[in-house]
Amino acid sequence: MTTIDSPAPTHTLMEGSEALVRAAMAAGCRFFAGYPMTPFTEVLEHFARLLPDVGGVCINAESELEAVGMAWGALATGARAATGSTGQGLSLMQESFSEITLAELPLVIFNLARGQQDYFQATRGGGHGDYRHIVLAPQDVREGVELVQLAFHLADKWRNPVLLYGDYLLAHTHEALAVERIDFDDSLPAKDWAVDGTRSGTRESRAVTPLGVTKPGEPDIGQEGKAQLIATKIPLMEREVRSESGWLDDAETVVVAFGSPAKFVKYAIGQLRAAGHRIGYVRPVTLWPFPYDAVSAAARSSHVRRVGSFELSAGQMIDDVRIGVAGAAPVEFIGGVSTDHSGFGVGRILDVEEIAARILALHEARAQPIVPGYERMTYQLQDHQREATALRPQAAHRGADPSTPEATALGPQAAHRGADQ
Amino acid sequence: MNTGGDAMTGDGPILDTSSRPEHARVVEPLLPDLLLTQEHHMCPGCGEPLALRSFLDVLADLGVANRSIMVAGIGCYTSFTGVVDVDLVQALHGRAPSVATGVKRMRPDAVVFTLQGDGDMVNEGLQEVLHTAARGENVTAILLNNGVFGETGGHMTATTVLGQRTKNTLDGRDASYHGYPILIGDLIARLQGAAYVARGSVHNAGGVARTKKMFTRAFETQQRGEGFSFVEVLTMCPTGWFIPTREGPGYMTSTLGEVHIMGELKVDGRVRTTDELHEENVARQAEAEAQFARDDR
Repeated sequence: MTTIDSPAPTHTLMEGSEALVRAAMAAGCRFFAGYPMTPFTEVLEHFARLLPDVGGVCINAESELEAVGMAWGALATGARAATGSTGQGLSLMQESFSEITLAELPLVIFNLARGQQDYFQATRGGGHGDYRHIVLAPQDVREGVELVQLAFHLADKWRNPVLLYGDYLLAHTHEALAVERIDFDDSLPAKDWAVDGTRSGTRESRAVTPLGVTKPGEPDIGQEGKAQLIATKIPLMEREVRSESGWLDDAETVVVAFGSPAKFVKYAIGQLRAAGHRIGYVRPVTLWPFPYDAVSAAARSSHVRRVGSFELSAGQMIDDVRIGVAGAAPVEFIGGVSTDHSGFGVGRILDVEEIAARILALHEARAQPIVPGYERMTYQLQDHQREATALRPQAAHRGADPSTPEATALGPQAAHRGADQ
Repeated sequence: MNTGGDAMTGDGPILDTSSRPEHARVVEPLLPDLLLTQEHHMCPGCGEPLALRSFLDVLADLGVANRSIMVAGIGCYTSFTGVVDVDLVQALHGRAPSVATGVKRMRPDAVVFTLQGDGDMVNEGLQEVLHTAARGENVTAILLNNGVFGETGGHMTATTVLGQRTKNTLDGRDASYHGYPILIGDLIARLQGAAYVARGSVHNAGGVARTKKMFTRAFETQQRGEGFSFVEVLTMCPTGWFIPTREGPGYMTSTLGEVHIMGELKVDGRVRTTDELHEENVARQAEAEAQFARDDR
């Protein structure tokens, strides 16, 4: 609390995007290249405005393809560098992401996404080949400032790309905060692989390459060797798993959620707790590595009757939740596609009352409430599909009890949508 | 191969390479400073090793070897990345100009250049090279243009000339079906950010000598910070052209060379037209023939 005697306030009210950018600069980021796309655009704006002041460079790339290429070049010189977009723009960059990972360059990627539809893209990768990116998902701007700096640290630590998964709220919420440099405990090795040109002609020149091409005299590992190198690094990076959980001691229902929506979920659970409902949560902070152990431990508690995955998508993280729960409890999808006409991914479900209703329905083993206005957008089974799937017409209409075989085959949501016809 | 009477009469080997002829002398070091080994994986008759050696020699001659960084694309020439003694960043197919941009912005004192083929630069990465040129990025782009995808085995690229036979233009490139070739050097020369643009070749000694001058001017342009510099080198690809090795240079001049006109396309901000270059080439050829006739007398 501020009192008359307290020192001058160090907090500044700033947009989330600016806080993320200032955090990146505090971490030593000196190069950024990007292409405007909502809701990521302001990250590019702030980098363009602020980086030159510290001797850095921000290039307004002519496309996402070029943005990631530019960051690639900057990284190869040993600089801390980043690029970013929304998931749509990152789709264009996937080829480079694959190969940058093979080249072992410490790229930091900002995804200010439209909702949470990019979970698969972020955690499974949209590119070719065997690779993993560490994915950090802050719940708010304050945590974002910390995780952006962690992203640069982990990228250098593992010589592997790290992706920061945010959204419209993270990018555009204004908060009063101080962006201060965080020094991490583990020391980082010198970048003795980076190129500056000074070794050219000395017989000690270097090659930053994803191809495994080596100079004469060096062990020739080839592309197979490069792929093997990454494969053996992946289990080590899994040790970077991070998560937060709460109210699990007596929880009968556990909700898993990440990012900004997780903050809504926690608030909703707080309200439901106050009303006497025994509900807890697990919030993955790293989406990859996914906190399977934390989810597993939560689901194995003797109190737990069901686990829900709340996410603003058609259901992507739920795959990981199911892996973590491993059959210890029923896992149900309680999120949904949630967007508005802007396409920013902040639609009707991102609302505490809506979320509380969905969690309570899960808790009380009722079908999920239908999202207002989405009736028209519910897929209707055709006759040939009913026959092929052996679903009787009335099965989709029954829906009230998600535990019935018919409803389970369609999923509780589909069952309920049918009931509303 | 018929090299003369000895072989025809069976008096000895076609060409005795077991020892150096008495009058022969080494006028150039066999191994350029910036090459780690003379071994390469190119086909016989390939023009790319000649182009490689040309710009490596120029870098050494200019005294900038110890601050040069190469950004390589994907093509046959990618195998050079293991044999050049130059700090190197391997880029994706088509993306070298953007990667070079990032390198140069972080290492403004380095001499940064890209190495791409026509498939890499003009097909896959056309927008990258155009944007990098338009931005006036202070890097040098080197294009090895043989009019085919050599690495995949001789397929049409965006620079394949009309009538040229490739594996996917079996009856020759037909404008009405396959479209027209892109004259990338001419295109780049029109961009304001491009400071120096030239098109050379390595099909004969004169071509190599002129191309080395072009490399020199391009790297000097970069050192002076004047903007984007670009050297396109027409190279032979007998394998991808499906012709005997020895016919490479002749095929090159009669197909690619007739369309992708050689010469300096932009110097000191002035764009030179194809007609100007053509006239210059004709005059040079006439001068060379006159000189040859004088020498012959």
